[in-house]
Order: sequence, then C-alpha cells, then structure tokens
Amino acid sequence: MTLALQLWGGLLESLRKLGAVILFLLAILRQCPAALARPRLISQQVRNSGVLSLVIIMTSAFFVGMVIGLQGYDSLSRLRQEDLLGAGVALTLFRELGPVVTALLFAGRAGTALASEIGLMRATDQLAAMEVMAIDPIRRIIAPRFVGAVISVPLLTAVFNAVGILGAWFIGVRVMGVDNGAFWSQMQEFIDPEDIFEGVLKSFVFGVTAGLVAVYEGYNSLPTAEGVGMATTRTVVTTSILVLVLDYLITAYLL
Amino acid sequence: MAWLTPGSIAATWRQPDSVTADNLVEISGLHFRRSGRPIFSGLDLGIRRGSITAIMGPSGTGKTTLLRMITGQLRPEAGTVTVAGQNVAALSRSALFDLRRRMGMLFQNSALLTDLDVFENIAFPVRENTRLPDALIRHVVLTKLNSVGLRGAADLMPAELSGGMARRVAMARAMVLDPELLLYDEPFSGLDPISLGVVLRLIRLNNDALGLTSIVVSHDVAEISHIADHCIVISEGRVIASGAPTELAASPSELVRQFMAGAADGPVPFHYPAPDYAEQLLGAGR
Ligand SMILES: Nc1ncnc2c1ncn2[C@@H]1O[C@H](COP(=O)(O)OP(=O)(O)OP(=O)(O)O)[C@@H](O)[C@H]1O
Ligand SMILES: [Mg+2]
Repeated sequence: MTLALQLWGGLLESLRKLGAVILFLLAILRQCPAALARPRLISQQVRNSGVLSLVIIMTSAFFVGMVIGLQGYDSLSRLRQEDLLGAGVALTLFRELGPVVTALLFAGRAGTALASEIGLMRATDQLAAMEVMAIDPIRRIIAPRFVGAVISVPLLTAVFNAVGILGAWFIGVRVMGVDNGAFWSQMQEFIDPEDIFEGVLKSFVFGVTAGLVAVYEGYNSLPTAEGVGMATTRTVVTTSILVLVLDYLITAYLL
Repeated sequence: MAWLTPGSIAATWRQPDSVTADNLVEISGLHFRRSGRPIFSGLDLGIRRGSITAIMGPSGTGKTTLLRMITGQLRPEAGTVTVAGQNVAALSRSALFDLRRRMGMLFQNSALLTDLDVFENIAFPVRENTRLPDALIRHVVLTKLNSVGLRGAADLMPAELSGGMARRVAMARAMVLDPELLLYDEPFSGLDPISLGVVLRLIRLNNDALGLTSIVVSHDVAEISHIADHCIVISEGRVIASGAPTELAASPSELVRQFMAGAADGPVPFHYPAPDYAEQLLGAGR
C-alpha cells in the first residue's frame, strides 16, 4: 500500500518535472528568434562547448573505431567476409555509436560545464542582476547556449564518425591487411541515405536533449555550491538515460 | 526597442507622473512569507524623491527581500508596492522591464558577470538596452568608471578585483543608464575604512549630481547616518521607526536607540526564533 503510494508520488513528481522542462523549452524557443538574430553569441557558444569537446570526441572516436574494426574483423573473418569491414563499421557508427557516444561525451564534457556555469550565475546573483537590468536571462544566456548545443552535437557526431572510420581503417587495412579498395568501395555500396538520415535525426534529437537538460539543470539549480554540484551531476545522469531511451525509441520507430 | 539613449530614458522619466505625490516609492500593507515564516506583516513606507533613504534592521529581517519586491523580482502576498505611480506586481513583463530600465541596483555580492571584463560589464546594460554606437558607449562607460575611480581597471576581469573594487564597478554598472532610482544592498559590508569612505561619498555625490533617489540598505548605522536624509528601521515585519538620523538617535523608544547604538541586548532579539536554550541543550532533541 505505502509502496504503491510512493510509486504514485514518484510518478506525479516525474510528470511535474517533465511539465516544467517542457514549459522551459517553450520559453527558450520563444526567445530563439531573438537569439538567432545575434549569431555572434551563438557562434561563441558553439566554439565554447564544441571546441571543449573536440579533443575528447576525437580521442574516443579513434579508439571506438579501432575496437569495432578489430571486433568486426574477427567476426567477419570467420565468415570469410573481411571485405565487408568498411560497410559494417560505417553502419554501426552512423546509425548508433556515433550519435549516442557523442551525446554522452558531450553531456560529460560540455553539458556539465554549461550547467555549472549557469548554476554559478544563479548562485552569484548574476541572473537576478540581469533581470533587474531589464535583460531577459533566457534570451541573453540560456537560448544561445541551447542553440549552441543543438548545433554542436550534430557537428561533433560527424567528426566522431569520420575519426571512428579512420580508426577502423587503421586496424582493418593497415594492421589486419583488409584490402584498402574493398574497405572503401563496400562502404559506399552498402550505406543508404536512410542510414545517414537516421544518424542525423538522432544527433539532432540528442543535441536538443543534452542542451536542454544542461541549461534547465543550471538555471534551476539551488543557489549554493552544493546546488551547483548537484546540477552538474544530474545533467550527466539525466542526459545519459534520456539519450539511451530516445535512441531505442527512434531506432524502433525507424526500423 | 526604440533608439533609446541613456539621456532619453532619463528624460521620459522626468516627465510628471500621473501620481504627483512626492514619494517615488510607496509601499503599503505589505505581507510576505518565506517557507511559512512571515517576513513582512503589514509594512508601510514611502521613499521621497531625490532623497537618500537608509533602510536598517537586524540581519534576516527581509531588507534584501524588500529590494527584490521594489524591483519586481518577488510579488507580495497582500499589499502594494508602487514605483513612480505604477503597481509593480500588476505590471506585464514588458512594462516591468520598462520600469526596470529606470532603476539601478547594487547587489549584496556585486553580481558582476564573470566572463566579461570590467569595461564590458559596465557596457553590458547599455549594449543590451540601447543601440548606441561603440564610440558613444566607450565614452559613457569610461565616464562612469572614472567617477568610481577605476578607469585604470577597465581591462581587468572580475576575478582580479578586490571586494571593494568589485563593489565600485557594480555601482558604475548600476548607474550607467542614468537611472532615477538606485538601490544599494549592503554597499559597505567587508570594505576597508578607505574604500568605505569612497563608497559613502560616491552615494551622496551620485544622488546630488544626478538627481537620483537612493535607497541604501545597511547595517552600518554610524556610517549611513552621515549621508542619509531619512532612516527607516525594520524589525519583525514592520517599520519600527523612521525619521532623520539625529531624530532616531534621540528617539524615546528603547528599541530604536538599541539599534542606533548597536547594543546586542534590548527589545530587538539577537536570536532567530528558537526553543528554550537550556531545555534544548539538556533535552534529547536537536
Ligand atoms: N530563497 C529563500 N527561501 C526561503 N527563505 C528565504 C529565502 N531567501 C531568504 N529567506 C529568508 O527570508 C528572510 C529575509 O531574508 P533577507 O535576505 O531579505 O534578509 P536581510 O534583511 O537582507 O538580511 P541580511 O542583512 O543578513 O542580508 C531570512 O530570514 C531568510 O531566512
Ligand atoms: Mg540582505
């Protein structure tokens, strides 16, 4: 009985939070035109969060590429189908690993930075000061950061895919001796526009998710050092769960 | 947004208001609670145009809360806060923003934007609220920086400033759009005697030179008494005394004299409401 009540309470609480997040998203979207009218603010954010994540994205992508290159080579060589390695690696990266891993890494590197930056602005009254100066913090601070994330994640995903393929190529072709021509031509042969579309759609949705969670947690953090810390933790946890759930939903929908 | 210049904002401000009363800020019957605890219970006060009014009161009585109500960041549960004849809580967001363009506020902890240097911090409200050309912005910002004596610090980042310098930068920022009403939240806390004197003189100077109305929240009774035209003492949700500093010091009320003299014991409790001390120390509870 009490368990049922607790579950019910938890459900209501999640719904309430979901509603709050959606309202927040709407408030941001209302300010997006004004934010887009100042491209310098947005490009600055793309530089901030994009460049911040670039090194970790490229390093991880290379190793992820090498791992799937190695695993793929091992599986395919049992079937004597090593030539398909390029196609297999590209499919895996474009449709799944690229968007998902990029979003997770982005949340850990740039999302936390965003949440703590905004949370600190809240804790030190910078957001209140803006309000009093008749400047809407959602328009000036939140919207550009959100748009910046929505632009950065797909771009970073493209970088991740490219570097990942390079990693797989290095292992497959240079180390394991798969035929270089076959690697690239099979890739060209097997990848359809739909595969690319799936990846682009996912990376866009994940960009919205990662950006929204980070700015929401930062903006609504308690105005204390502890509150800012909690906001950054929640940013990573919430983004990771949402990305994995949404990944499944999109995949199931598209297949 | 129109092509506002700091001058034109001030000009519209100085047109006679519909309410021609001498009070720029009127608060009546203010009630407000925080987590169930009453902060204000029927507070009334008025701030005269062109004056410096000191608001004093023990820590935690709601002085910062009061300033947040005047700027429309918090809404009263009952009662009205009227600024320049407008009921702040009833304004639409855009009307509230218009009203705020005519106010400046110095926050208790300066609240400078950490990712902008001193110059850009002061230029920030101008850039966001007007479309002045860069050359003019430069002129306005340097003038304000000079008036707080920090023209040489224009390129420093907020993290490189001392507390007193940050306070002065925040003052320059609060004044940069030539507001008519300036709110100072604890402008003296943590300042050395020299910076304190500088800030004190700046408040008086700004008020007289620019024709402002200033509200200064402060614990520093002795200091603020030098420059204030009017003092208001708040305790337990009400105004317990108001008048010129000299009047208050000679007040017949023991309560007010306790405050003005800074004595710990007296009618104003030093303690936040709590259970009996001995009982709590000996008892099982916390
Ligand atoms: N966000 C909040 N949530 C709940 N209670 C709050 C909040 N902010 C302030 N309070 C309470 O409201 C009361 C008034 O706070 P306020 O900051 O206005 O006091 P103050 O007079 O400015 O004190 P000080 O002189 O120490 O700055 C305090 O007792 C505080 O406990
Ligand atoms: Mg205060």
